Amino acid sequence: MNDALTVAGHALREAVRRKVLLVVALLTTGFLALYALAAFEAFNSLEGFGPSGIVPIDERALAGGTLLGLAMFVALFLGVVLAVFLTLGAVRGDAERGLLQPLVVRPVGRTTLLIGRLLAASAVCVPYVVGVFLIAVLITHAAGDFTPSSLVVPAGGLALGVVTVVAASLLGSSLLGTTANGIAIFMIFATGLSGGLMGQIGDELEVNGLSTASSVISWLVPFEALYQNGLHALTADIGGVTGVIVELGPFGGAESVGGGIWPWAIAWSVAVLALAAVAFGRRDL
Amino acid sequence: MTAVLSVRALSKTYGKTPALEAVDLEVAPGELVGLLGPNGAGKSTLVKIACGLVRATGGEVSVAGAPAGSRSARALTGYLAELFRFPGWARSEEVLALHQRLARSDGGQAEREALLARVGLAGEGGRKVETMSKGMQQRLGIAQALIGDPQLVLLDEPTSALDPGGRRTVRDLLVGLQNEGIGVLLNSHLLSEIELVCDRVVIIDGGRVVTEGRPEDLTAPGGVEIETSDGIRRLPDARREDVPRIVRELVASGTEVYGVRVVSGTLEDAYLAAVVGRDG
Repeated sequence: MNDALTVAGHALREAVRRKVLLVVALLTTGFLALYALAAFEAFNSLEGFGPSGIVPIDERALAGGTLLGLAMFVALFLGVVLAVFLTLGAVRGDAERGLLQPLVVRPVGRTTLLIGRLLAASAVCVPYVVGVFLIAVLITHAAGDFTPSSLVVPAGGLALGVVTVVAASLLGSSLLGTTANGIAIFMIFATGLSGGLMGQIGDELEVNGLSTASSVISWLVPFEALYQNGLHALTADIGGVTGVIVELGPFGGAESVGGGIWPWAIAWSVAVLALAAVAFGRRDL
Repeated sequence: MTAVLSVRALSKTYGKTPALEAVDLEVAPGELVGLLGPNGAGKSTLVKIACGLVRATGGEVSVAGAPAGSRSARALTGYLAELFRFPGWARSEEVLALHQRLARSDGGQAEREALLARVGLAGEGGRKVETMSKGMQQRLGIAQALIGDPQLVLLDEPTSALDPGGRRTVRDLLVGLQNEGIGVLLNSHLLSEIELVCDRVVIIDGGRVVTEGRPEDLTAPGGVEIETSDGIRRLPDARREDVPRIVRELVASGTEVYGVRVVSGTLEDAYLAAVVGRDG
């Protein structure tokens, strides 16, 4: 474990020294500033609204739920970008550049090197997505006195979701070159999100095939199931028409996928990392 | 005495392309063995198998008795790759400290300073890799390979980016390693370097060992050149032992003799005879 921590520390120092974290912090500050502007403007514009006529809608919950859905989507997207760029060349890319060989010949297992890279990327991405989400929650609360139904499920889902992406990217880096891996992971990410939207359409139009396909996709790429679960948990206690509208939000299908997703996502990450270790172990450098 | 590197019937195939076939080789403690061969001969593959970067297809390779590539073998091995890079953002001190931790070396600051001094980088511990010349990075790579008192050092083209001064530093360092009982396998295209420092030379071509031996045994005699009053005479078949007789005969025949030089072949001649002659 000490070796894995040594490798993780080295990778983290690289992220700091290459100013990756500084750039991310600056750009994220920009996003949060825009989010704050949008949140205050949105809630201010609601103040002139009275209760709706025919269909009773809780505008504050609608605005708060939609804004936090946006925050969750952006946090996940930026977290995935960060996860991919921190790991996309971890094996083949670093080997092609000659960075990996001096480390691999040390009496450290190749699996340990992968675990070190997983720990390093997770140590950046998990606090990042959780931090961005929680700051967005604070901004939303300050702007419109809106608090989501749950903090733990969305934040935990984001955190575990980016860990699954880190594991997938490490597997990709053992099999593919840097560019091909980056493209592959982003396409998988897009497939997951499309699957969520597909399920939403299927549910509303009552097309079982679409709903089933969406469920299968979201479990195959668990970050999507975790995201759907978190999105659902944000507004789980908002009922009536408002709840239905919020669940139809533009950021993917909000759906409770059950508690089994947590152990599944952990097992999935371990299995993917094990596959990466096998691929790395068999690779001639 | 157990060889620090023992290679027996080693073979390696990439897909259907053979890279090494039935290679046998040994490096004894304190022995400096030069590995020569044309591009694509399999030299780097052999070195990479010895340090665990590449898996052998057949045969046995061991480092001080431990299977090559095993954790215990890697703990005894220092390696400098032909194409390597250290992170540009890291200081040379940090590069060495990272490798000390991974090699479980408890040498600390004293070891880092001693290694930097040994490769001619004393006082450069705080320098970032990205500000170093290629030659300085290569010397840092050699320092990295010597962390943790390895018993076997594998150097793949260690002087390719060095100026003459840097090459001299590395030559002195290699002699120092010999004296310390460390076995060295030196893969290089620089025949003069190999000839100067190596105890033994192994020439590989087409994945097979085509010849091996001490440099002085591989270099064939090149005859005798005699400077006389009639000009320079070349006697290609003459040997050192023939010189007194030849001089006596020339003087007796009234020819003035101003100088005699015994010509010996070079390692380059031996290399070309082994490789080009074989190809031809």
